[in-house]
Amino acid sequence: MSAVTVRRAAVVRRSDLRYKVGLNVRSILGRAYPRVIGANREPSWIFFEVFLPLLGIAAYVFIYQAFYNAQVALIQAGQCGSAACASAADQLAYLQTAARNLNALVGTVVLGGTMVAFWLNVLWSMASQLYWEKEIGNLQIYMMAPMSRMALLAGMAIGGMFMTSVRAISTLVAGVLVFGVVFQVANPFLLLAVFFVTLIALYGMGMMFASLYLLWGREAWNLSSLLEEPIFFSSGMYFPAGGFLMVQPWGPAVAVAGSLVPAMLGLDALRQLTLPGTTLPSLLPPDTELELLLVLAVVFLILARFSLAYLEKLAKREGKLTSRHQ
Amino acid sequence: MSTFWRTFKVAAWLGWEMDSNWTEPWLFVIYSIIKPIAAAFILVLMYVVFAAVGHVTVPALFDFMYVGNAFFIFVGSVLFGTFQVIQSDREWYQTIRYVYISPISYYVYIMGRAFSKILVSAFAVLITLGFGVAALGVPLGLSLADIPVFIAALVLGLFCLLAIGITLGGVTFLMARHTQTLAEAVPGIFYVFCGVLYPLSILPFWLQDVGKAIPLTYWFDLSRRLLLPPELMAGIPTGLSGFDDLTILGFLALSSAVFFVLSIGVFRLGEYLARKAGKIDMTTSY
Repeated sequence: MSAVTVRRAAVVRRSDLRYKVGLNVRSILGRAYPRVIGANREPSWIFFEVFLPLLGIAAYVFIYQAFYNAQVALIQAGQCGSAACASAADQLAYLQTAARNLNALVGTVVLGGTMVAFWLNVLWSMASQLYWEKEIGNLQIYMMAPMSRMALLAGMAIGGMFMTSVRAISTLVAGVLVFGVVFQVANPFLLLAVFFVTLIALYGMGMMFASLYLLWGREAWNLSSLLEEPIFFSSGMYFPAGGFLMVQPWGPAVAVAGSLVPAMLGLDALRQLTLPGTTLPSLLPPDTELELLLVLAVVFLILARFSLAYLEKLAKREGKLTSRHQ
Repeated sequence: MSTFWRTFKVAAWLGWEMDSNWTEPWLFVIYSIIKPIAAAFILVLMYVVFAAVGHVTVPALFDFMYVGNAFFIFVGSVLFGTFQVIQSDREWYQTIRYVYISPISYYVYIMGRAFSKILVSAFAVLITLGFGVAALGVPLGLSLADIPVFIAALVLGLFCLLAIGITLGGVTFLMARHTQTLAEAVPGIFYVFCGVLYPLSILPFWLQDVGKAIPLTYWFDLSRRLLLPPELMAGIPTGLSGFDDLTILGFLALSSAVFFVLSIGVFRLGEYLARKAGKIDMTTSY
């Protein structure tokens, strides 16, 4: 082979790689674009995504408030825990602890509210999206296009993260302003690492589900619906996940099963990092939870890649790639 | 009238088939009860954690919350079952144009479609209450004398829910397909203002007035009064303890009638605006 031919082959390979990277980056941006722009063009979303979800969170906050009021009434009546208050100072200490615990529990609800937003987005705008695309006839167009299917899913994920961040940030801001939650961040880098790895793991899971939903067909919608309250429960969205360890014998089993969904570990770590010094129960130290989240993120992304390839092959072989309402 | 009845019957059958025929009956039963049970368990764990951390138990408040939450199953399910009809027919099955131009009342059609949700959620409510009694020791009881009032409250409450659902349906005529957030968010309004999980008196005064303007507040309060022991309810400041059962039922009837009229108005307006903007059979794929 002459030197010229070798140089040409190298040029072709390089430009081929450049083409592929460029194509996939454009695909990611192109798929994220309608979600980012859609969020701005649908003014009703600001109301539905920002204001109304706060009400659901407020309900859980008021539950803790009701419990707290009952507890304060008991302390003021002279009962400190299971025994009578020993002194006025004892009574005051109990009142202060109760107020601190209330702040931490309300903070837990607020953090859970932000995670709920991401989880719902993963379910309804990631996992069920390819199925939806099939239903409306876009899937075949995607399959014919030359980009990687993973780029398509990555674009959906990035757009979805942006769309949902609006709601998540507003929930956090409202938590501070309306509910008066005091967050204390001692380790911002670990906090950011936990947050982003949790999101990557969550959306990786969504990418994996996206292909599985193609296989499950019409059950997909019902499955998404089924993965709401049970996951809110098993991930400890509105209470510290360490509470599972207090409920014997089934609590620890739920905690182990729940930790397969990255939201649980992420939320538990975020709670410990933003609400330190409370007596709320936790599962594991935050850095251990970060390590587990990293493992989950890698596993879900790999599984997403394989399940997508497998499902595409299966759907083509069985001729179901374009069949709707099944 | 017979056209209305026929429309209702066929729509209810269609709704049932669409809800349940995607899987085996036993799986559908599990699916129908697992969500409400999980929602109840969220409250159980909240209570467990609070009791453990605060070294205090408030069982009356827990029973109050548990029963309210059980009846709230109707709210999420029936509301969603009602207002997602337009979305699913328009975006998913793309059959809305055929149903819409057929000589039936579209309003009655939606009510029929939602009826199957009422049946399924009634089953889930019973399971949740039964679980509360058997596993959590929630003290439920209904005297014979209270049964007519309980049934009247239940019928009015469900009718009111359908009316609210159709009001939202009118709004979804104009919305893109992402109504899932609406399904989550609107019940949140009732969760907060209707004293479902905590006594109304926990809210600031001006928010208590908002709650008193919503019929569901009276439905939940009356249901709890009839099902929980009076001595337990006496210790909880619900904000409505000054009224007797029949007065509460009267408030429920009156406010339900208002919401029914409102639902017709909003539905017609949404329909008119959607037709004007050419959105009746739009599809939104982003």
